[in-house]
Amino acid sequence: MGSLIDLKGYGWSILVEGTALTVEVALASLALSVILGILGAAAKLSGRRVLMGIATFYTTLIRSVPDLVLMLLLFFGGQTLINWAAPKFGYEDYIDIDPFMAGVLVIGFMFGAYMTESFRGALIAIPRGQIEAARAYGMSPLLLFRRITLPQMIRLALPSFGNNWMVLLKTTALVSVIGLDDMVHRAGSAAGATRQPFTFYLVVAVDYLVLTTISVLVLNWLARRYDRGYARRSP
Amino acid sequence: MKLVVATCAAVLALALNTVSPLQAKEWKTVRVGLEGDYPPFSSVGPDGKIVGWEVDYMNLLCEHMKVKCTPVQQDFDGMIPALQAPKFDAIMASMSITDVRKKQIAFSVSYYNTPTRFVAKKGANIEISPAGLKGKKIGVQRSTIQDNYLTDNYASVAEIVRYGSQDDMFLDLVAGRLDLGLGDSLQISDGFIKTDRGKDFEMIGPNLTDSKWFGDGVGVGLRKQDDDLKKMFDTAIAETLKDGSYQALEKKYFDIDIYGG
Amino acid sequence: MDGGTLQASILQFFDYQVIIDNWQLYLSGVFVTLQLTALSLILGFVLAVPMSIMLTSRKPWVWMPVWLYVYCFRGTPLLIQLFLLYYGAGQFAFIREGFLWPFLREAWFCAIIAMGLNTAAYQAEIFRGAIATTPRGEIEAARAFGMSPFRLYSRIILPSSFRRALPAYVNEVIFSLQSTSLASLVTLIDITGAARIVNSRYYTPYEAFLSAAVLYLVITFVIIWLAGGLERRWNVHLARPTS
Repeated sequence: MGSLIDLKGYGWSILVEGTALTVEVALASLALSVILGILGAAAKLSGRRVLMGIATFYTTLIRSVPDLVLMLLLFFGGQTLINWAAPKFGYEDYIDIDPFMAGVLVIGFMFGAYMTESFRGALIAIPRGQIEAARAYGMSPLLLFRRITLPQMIRLALPSFGNNWMVLLKTTALVSVIGLDDMVHRAGSAAGATRQPFTFYLVVAVDYLVLTTISVLVLNWLARRYDRGYARRSP
Repeated sequence: MKLVVATCAAVLALALNTVSPLQAKEWKTVRVGLEGDYPPFSSVGPDGKIVGWEVDYMNLLCEHMKVKCTPVQQDFDGMIPALQAPKFDAIMASMSITDVRKKQIAFSVSYYNTPTRFVAKKGANIEISPAGLKGKKIGVQRSTIQDNYLTDNYASVAEIVRYGSQDDMFLDLVAGRLDLGLGDSLQISDGFIKTDRGKDFEMIGPNLTDSKWFGDGVGVGLRKQDDDLKKMFDTAIAETLKDGSYQALEKKYFDIDIYGG
Repeated sequence: MDGGTLQASILQFFDYQVIIDNWQLYLSGVFVTLQLTALSLILGFVLAVPMSIMLTSRKPWVWMPVWLYVYCFRGTPLLIQLFLLYYGAGQFAFIREGFLWPFLREAWFCAIIAMGLNTAAYQAEIFRGAIATTPRGEIEAARAFGMSPFRLYSRIILPSSFRRALPAYVNEVIFSLQSTSLASLVTLIDITGAARIVNSRYYTPYEAFLSAAVLYLVITFVIIWLAGGLERRWNVHLARPTS
């Protein structure tokens, strides 16, 4: 069993540097997906046909096409599209899509669709009376959003938000396919060089398990925090 | 809602602030894309650094060009998109100069040229012909010249199994999932057969060199618009061949001549 | 630029010929994708039903091992599970010389096992939720009839749970379909694999990957349509009980 845990010196590279990159990609994608999710939910509830149509097309498309296909499309095709389109619109500068950005864009774009559904569900669940009461008090739309809508939305969306985050975290493993040097990619190189794929992929599996466990703990803590004042709700 | 729009705009601006003017300045640093899964040309050590002949040769060329070079690791099938990204400015990944690739990128003059060969388990007795390869599983690295050669010549008789890296292919060859592999003869001999894992394997069949598939040797891959950089590499390669530093470095790694005229 | 030239350059941009030339590659890719999806779902279902029943048990030695299994498979990426099985298995001589090797040496088999084990964890969780929400009355009525535990599950609890689980299950079917695209990373030529070959050979990312996207889109719609029909049929059955 001794040979199983001998990482031949690749430990730091995978466990520290690789994990850091994985977490960076995950957090950046999360930020993008939350923004897209809020916009998507607003569009779906706007009552305007065009906006609703766009939002529905977006969520359907994402649900139906594998993330790997989207990622390969953007990585291999994104640059060609920009190089082709930019000069036609009088743009002579260079816009680069490096693997980090391709990964974040694709994962953020994908989970924006899932967040749209989460946020939409949460917004619908907020009692109308509260919003009307706030309006009656003369709250501006911004204040209403900050004081009434947002805090409740967070509480109501938290379970599905947490679920989305867990799936998102695991999806980051795909960035290794487009050459981003995350922990999966590093483990792959180490596996090739040492010819011990089982050892290194097992290390990455455990690494992910640690990250998801930490996430569960944080999400549970958040749920308790936002559930204050709702103690009657069964756990 | 305004808050959301403002945040969104800020993030988009951040995401797109990588918009930078085309590099017209003098080349002081050159980022070079290397593969890292292709010993002895390039492989990644435990400390994450890339080592190998191609890295050493890169350093030699950069000394001649009087620029600072930084190696960047990239999987082979993403080399060309990454060059155009631009994640780096030059490819030194044993990439052969072929017509299809020339439509995408420019190449320097060739800096080495070695034939392609099949590899199989010792005593497997496989004849390299459509009849002999019938029903065989042949491993190859995705989007290489060898991949194109197999697809054009043996796709109808043999099963072609494509890998992201040469090392993944060797893993499966040793595991017994493949009957044969196809690759650069020097890489197979020095990166596999001469190592402990490959000692039960041998190269079989003729040297494959047909330029229709195998191109005109290996060159430095460059963006088409970087004409100045191409000239720098061309000059530097010629200089290293002339002053003997190419041959000196070659001797450190190989017991044969890899330049191949 | 006006609309006409934009349209013309978009037409120039796409090279349909590449896809027409490679339609057979895509077609065989569709077969591989459907095969992987169906077989991994069946394997997952067979494993998930007993696991979900074990999960609702009160005895720790019954539910704990299954809980751990579900936790590990849901807590790690499928990609890693697949690599562990495919590349990892070859690391050990005793596996390479063992009786399972004729199966494990096939990428196809490894993909189905990895994906089946993975979806089993998700399906078990879906069924557990559905079993836990079985109306108490149904169970008590069945007990009053003197049903054995086996009959109670096969006649009452499971059929009623499957009905409630259907919407979540359809989602899992779609997720499974999408995750089969990972099979292209262990050398299989499914839809994504076909697209990667076309892309690396002709350097035509749009033609290659958009065609793949359209194929997945069509398959997903067919699944949703079939599921809709199934749901309606089950509801009819519910509305007009025959006994």
